[in-house]
Amino acid sequence: MSFIRKPRIDLPNQRANAIGLLKQDYEGGMSTLCAGCGHDSITAAIVEAFWELSIPPEKVVKLSGIGCSSKTPAYFMSGAHGFNSVHGRMPSVATGAQAGNRELICIGVSGDGDSLSIGFGQFGHAVRRNLNMIYIIENNGVYGLTKGQFSAAADKGSKAKKGDINQWKNIDSVSTAISMGSSFVARSFSGDREQLVTLLKAGIMHPGCAIIDVVSPCVTFNNHPGSTKSYTYTRDHYHPASQTDFVPQANEIRASYAEGESIIVELHDGSKLLLKKTDSGYDATNRSSVMRYLEQQRARGEVVTGLLYINAELPEMHRIYRTSDTPMKDLEYEDLNPGSEELAKLQARMR
Amino acid sequence: MSEVRVNDFVLKIGTVNGTGSASANGLLLKALFRMGIPVTGKNLFPSNIQGLPTWYGIRVSHKGYMSRALRVDVLVAMNAQTYQRDMENLCPGGFLVYDSTWPRERELVRKDITVLGVPLAKLCNENFSDSRVRILMKNIAYVGVLAALLNIDTTILQKLIEETFASKPKLIESNMKAINLGYDYAMNNFTCPLPVRVEAMGDNSKHIMIDGNSAAALGCLYAGATVGAWYPITPSTGMMDAFKAYCKKYRIDQETGKKNYVIVQAEDELAAAGIVLGANWVGARAFTPTSGPGISLMSEFIGFAYYAEIPSVFFNVQRVGPSTGMPTRTQQCDIMMCAYASHGDTCHPMLLPANPYECFEMAVRAFDISESLQTPVFVLSDLDIGMNDWMIPELQWDDSYKPDRGKVLTSDDVDKLEKFYRYLDTDGDGIAARTLPGENPKGAYFVRGSGHNKHGMYTESSEEYKDLVDRLLVKWKTARNLVPKPVVRSARQETSIGIIAYGSSDGAVLEALDYLADMEIHADYMRVRAFPFNGEVTEFVESHETIFVVEQNRDAQLRSLLILETNTDARKLVAVLHYNGMPIPAQCVLEGICEHLQVRLVV
Repeated sequence: MSFIRKPRIDLPNQRANAIGLLKQDYEGGMSTLCAGCGHDSITAAIVEAFWELSIPPEKVVKLSGIGCSSKTPAYFMSGAHGFNSVHGRMPSVATGAQAGNRELICIGVSGDGDSLSIGFGQFGHAVRRNLNMIYIIENNGVYGLTKGQFSAAADKGSKAKKGDINQWKNIDSVSTAISMGSSFVARSFSGDREQLVTLLKAGIMHPGCAIIDVVSPCVTFNNHPGSTKSYTYTRDHYHPASQTDFVPQANEIRASYAEGESIIVELHDGSKLLLKKTDSGYDATNRSSVMRYLEQQRARGEVVTGLLYINAELPEMHRIYRTSDTPMKDLEYEDLNPGSEELAKLQARMR
Repeated sequence: MSEVRVNDFVLKIGTVNGTGSASANGLLLKALFRMGIPVTGKNLFPSNIQGLPTWYGIRVSHKGYMSRALRVDVLVAMNAQTYQRDMENLCPGGFLVYDSTWPRERELVRKDITVLGVPLAKLCNENFSDSRVRILMKNIAYVGVLAALLNIDTTILQKLIEETFASKPKLIESNMKAINLGYDYAMNNFTCPLPVRVEAMGDNSKHIMIDGNSAAALGCLYAGATVGAWYPITPSTGMMDAFKAYCKKYRIDQETGKKNYVIVQAEDELAAAGIVLGANWVGARAFTPTSGPGISLMSEFIGFAYYAEIPSVFFNVQRVGPSTGMPTRTQQCDIMMCAYASHGDTCHPMLLPANPYECFEMAVRAFDISESLQTPVFVLSDLDIGMNDWMIPELQWDDSYKPDRGKVLTSDDVDKLEKFYRYLDTDGDGIAARTLPGENPKGAYFVRGSGHNKHGMYTESSEEYKDLVDRLLVKWKTARNLVPKPVVRSARQETSIGIIAYGSSDGAVLEALDYLADMEIHADYMRVRAFPFNGEVTEFVESHETIFVVEQNRDAQLRSLLILETNTDARKLVAVLHYNGMPIPAQCVLEGICEHLQVRLVV
């Protein structure tokens, strides 16, 4: 992961957010990915989402595994601690970080190679624990750093740059996550900044594991005719299932929004998600109808996007464990150590 | 004619696993302990849940020998499947107690032993109605038989039963009934006590009975560990079970009912290691208990933690390898793997407890060392220490103890700096200060397993890479003075012979030293307690001409480590090895040494 320090350019008339920070304050080092890489657009969307939510960067931890996608935490929020872990194991490090300090806002950036092959198990268990984090899968269908092998996310029949046709069925992170009982599953496209920023904000505020799969074309190895993860293919088959608005805690929902064809999901802090139904009558809170719809659209080769499933009531890891509100790392040693007298009492029973 | 052996014999009980014999055996062990007699209990059990043979061996030794003795003086054969084998294992003059409810096969006879039949099943069937209770009480009844035969104080047995079932008085009654059934039958039918028997002796009130896994868990509790991540694996599982039990007792907020601990049962050992790293990274003390196969799986993260300098504590309760090996048997076979675990140039501190007492102490110390050095630390015990019942001096705790969290900068510290650089060694000890996430944006840094420089930035520069890994060697030198020193026991007279051992081999060596001294063979003994080897270890190696390195693995792994790390002449290190999966007996040490010295061993 090459690193180039980014020169800071202070532009006039920049807007500060509620905690007085500029958007630049949420940026990181200069990206060394290929020009036009979808991942860089996602990085920009992350910067925007955190800036808009006025989250202090030091309250955030950014984690990743191995691969092009996993390089990107170095490119945003240099005021947040980062952890570029080993291949496919980001979720376990995130679990530990959450276990040790539940107040941290945890963003994990992974890729289809990182999460759907070597890291498939850990991906599943982050979902199973409903670990309070945003889990982004930057999905381009190929291994970029090793020069263009198909990943498990590549569609059957998709063509590689050198002409090979993929013979294997793909693993779809979205339907897998929903079937595993995920509490928040979204898909977006790196080319749709507006939708992506909204979904990221919703994911950040969601009290559980927010899986956001983002189709993010690899301009070098997977952006040719015959690829189903190219910019052209994705644009042609792009199908938003629902439109989501994120309404912060302080703001009121305008009445014209809420009537009739919207579903409102209230998050733990009082902020709300407004899911506007499209013509299809898509209901992101109904798991079985979501699965049916996704299967239908898959058969048509559509790339269904939007907040596809949500259950804001599913308890996250600490709620299930009934962990103390004080982060583990802040507990006083005096409260953790029973002392010599207790040790003597305990040992009285060992005779 | 059997010789009289008072407070010096081995009692073995053969049962079928899953029949509840553990509580009966525990009762026996504690009764002997309360009579003031040094005692140890060792399990020999199958990797199975129910229906296979299992044995429990109790060694009673007025001299305080704790290692496994090869002889068996009294055998309770509760398992018809193993009668023959059990009988063969008895030493001449020994006593075989069996359930005479059913006739024994004719060929099962030996003229040099005494066979004592007690109709245990019949007695229990006549006196208890429930079928499960009958099975359980058969075990308690043999405790009664042994109380009569061995002269065990029945008032102590009664007290123990009353304490155990204080909340269930009905069970006190039934257990005592079973004890008396056995006791009365033996008193009425045999000459009690046997020549092999116990007599109350010293005072064990300053000692306790505990297994190493529980003691290590207690150490984690007292060290202030708040996050435990694990994947169940024999023989380490008991450690997390114990940690959980202690946490439930001491770490639940009385007012809110909320927990001051997080125990994550991970999806596998790889995840357990990741969780430990993540938690330590954010500033919580975190650990994982595992066994050899788990370390193999965790190795990638171990190398990561070494290079990225993340504190992390790994307990390896060793079992027989390679591969799945024999999960319920003991060995010291992972010392080489743990020393250099993971790819690339890596080396890790290891602490080597010899008994549960040290499991407790070293668990606490492991966290301090790991956080001071910002590196993974191993605590290597084994099945023998971890799962068997040891008599040890009472554990001590110093209330003035404060955890050594190492060089951690607070948010205020960071504010005072012009700039924070994660891997800058400003003190010359090879250790750079770290910051914790969640506190100060100025202290933010990026942890990575890829090349990085002293400023914490990614690098592919040869100079910067080398600079960093060379600093890790400076840290390794610092580690030498942080880890526990060896324990040296000098011979009564000057000698050029040395013995080196570690961990659970200690008991066998200590016992063998007495036998050797009786034969006028004198040896200095050093028990290594940590890696990297400190100066004392090198000195001991240099100052002896012949050194026996006693260990429980096939490949003489500690010997190899000594050769690698001390540059000593390999020829003077003589391997004495025991690796069949059973705990090493003194006899093995004695034979190994005598054979090399060409001394005829007179038993």
